[in-house]
Amino acid sequence: MKINSLAIPLPIQNIDTDQIIPAKFLKQVDKLGYGKNLFYNWRFNKDGTPKENFELNKLHRKGAQILVAGNNFGCGSSREHAAWAVAGFGIRAVISSQFADIFKGNAYNNGILPIEVSPEILEEIMSVISKNPETEIAIDLAEQEVSVSALNLKAHFDISPFKKECLLHGVDETQYLINLRNEIESYEKKVA
Amino acid sequence: MSQTLFDNIWDQHVVKSISEGLDVVYIDQHFIHEVTSPQAFDGLKKRGVSVFRPEKCLATADHNVPTINQKDPIKDPESATQVASLEKNCKEFGIELYGMGHENQGIVHIIGPDLGITQPGMTIVCGDSHTSTHGAFGTLAFGIGTTQVEQVLASQSLVLNRPKTMKIEVNGTLKPGVTAKDVILYIISKLGTEGATGYFVEYAGEVFRNFSMDERMTVCNMSIEMGARGGMVGIDQTTIDYVTSRTEISNEKIESWLKLNSSEDARFDKQIIFDAKDISPMVTCGTAPDTGINLNAKIGSSKHLSEKALAYMQFDSTELISDQKIDYVFIGSCTNGRIEDLRAVAKMVEGKTKAEHVNVWVVPGSMKVRAQAIEEELDKIFIKSGFEFREPGCSACLAMNDDKIPSGSLCVSTSNRNFEGRQGPGARTILASPLTAAASAITGKVTDPTTMMEPA
Repeated sequence: MKINSLAIPLPIQNIDTDQIIPAKFLKQVDKLGYGKNLFYNWRFNKDGTPKENFELNKLHRKGAQILVAGNNFGCGSSREHAAWAVAGFGIRAVISSQFADIFKGNAYNNGILPIEVSPEILEEIMSVISKNPETEIAIDLAEQEVSVSALNLKAHFDISPFKKECLLHGVDETQYLINLRNEIESYEKKVA
Repeated sequence: MSQTLFDNIWDQHVVKSISEGLDVVYIDQHFIHEVTSPQAFDGLKKRGVSVFRPEKCLATADHNVPTINQKDPIKDPESATQVASLEKNCKEFGIELYGMGHENQGIVHIIGPDLGITQPGMTIVCGDSHTSTHGAFGTLAFGIGTTQVEQVLASQSLVLNRPKTMKIEVNGTLKPGVTAKDVILYIISKLGTEGATGYFVEYAGEVFRNFSMDERMTVCNMSIEMGARGGMVGIDQTTIDYVTSRTEISNEKIESWLKLNSSEDARFDKQIIFDAKDISPMVTCGTAPDTGINLNAKIGSSKHLSEKALAYMQFDSTELISDQKIDYVFIGSCTNGRIEDLRAVAKMVEGKTKAEHVNVWVVPGSMKVRAQAIEEELDKIFIKSGFEFREPGCSACLAMNDDKIPSGSLCVSTSNRNFEGRQGPGARTILASPLTAAASAITGKVTDPTTMMEPA
């Protein structure tokens, strides 16, 4: 999995999942169409027209697939709708200095890479993409590396080997668990 | 072994270890609600698999349900569809449902404990971040995403990274008027919204030992607001009395529960100690739960208050929080919608009338809590004070139903999140204890409850 793309700066800390997808959009019974309502209250005016100056609106039109956000991205509610909205919008990776645990898991489960870098590196990346929106960022999952050639920067990121395997080789974690049903049943008998 | 309660429960539930720190963990109890489950059931249907252990699942409708005239059909077509989907899925997959109108219906984190389903030593999950509430019983309880809901339905197990452990001690005796809600708002204000990310927290010390189960649940409920994977309290007589008054438990079982507790020399990855006497009634002033301040403090005294939050809240940082005129009071939610919360409110407002300009909603956490409140005639006190006493649900905590705070209005709320727009677009939320909410309802402005309490 490799991503080469422009990146959208969102220099706000503690972005909670209520901002990523407000509760009024959680009423569907499927996983489709959440992307159009991503950051709804920040992206749109009260009359429903897009806020032209909001970076997300500008760069989305240029096909940016990476979001760069302030510390503690995805805190709050466990709603996986937040990950469906991010993925549905065309975002394939989010870079931050820390992610909330539940969002991080939801991101992986929807093929979105949550990439944790140090606060210093986040600051550098945020600064360069804010000044020059044409800056390309490259992400290589196999190498666990994010690089910004404009900064001559290469940074390593961590991912559990299991999650990496799932993403690289399309392993379905749910099917993995279903295949374990016999072992799970043995466990149940053991502790009964 | 010098193990923590967390370690003991985790180790007992490992079905298989995948690699260092990554395990397949068995789940004893799965709670389900209408918002985060339809896509999971859909996934099962697409795979053509059954629910592996339907008897270990329990569903209720809480997030979308109206709190007025629940016996009528839900007017909002989308909410109605979601609740109907839950009914259909539960029927198809053989899962017990306490749906609208059922005597056991209520907020998922209120009914589980109250029905005796939540028991010490269990692993408990729900597609809801406030599942940490159940940790009050010495359980390993945490919120999960919908993909994981599907996984638990399909296998009663999850692939989990073992989190680190943190012990938070609060020693000493709380001052009068300081409640469990104030304690947790204080802790969050000290640690920050990401201060416990990656950790499972155990709350220890005199303060939590002396708390009732309802109070412990309020504390554990908000563990997620500092990023913790979950929060828990050790198992003691208070825990056992609560559970055994609701369901029959053998002595052997009780013995086995007590053995799970953290040993005296248990090692935690992080340990934090607070003194109870430093804690006063707390309210938040920003748009994150870590912006808690004392009621006699200036708004600008919160170290976590951002310019963005200050602008959203339309506050002047040099003003006192207790001067702020309010429009709404919401008493309820999985944080503070239990019977003890309603009793505390009733005691404070009995014989007093709400400020004329304030709307006050009291929303019990479950049908049982509502019935109990009516039996104790708390409803009469509320109504006499000018409060609305409603039917159970999540209500204005996240405003998925009609219970929305209008844009720009200021609400003192006993819920758990003050995020932008949480209680409705443009709504401004101040998180507070039931006592503070009750006092504020009477005066019409943010009010320190100790100013309205009889001297002890």
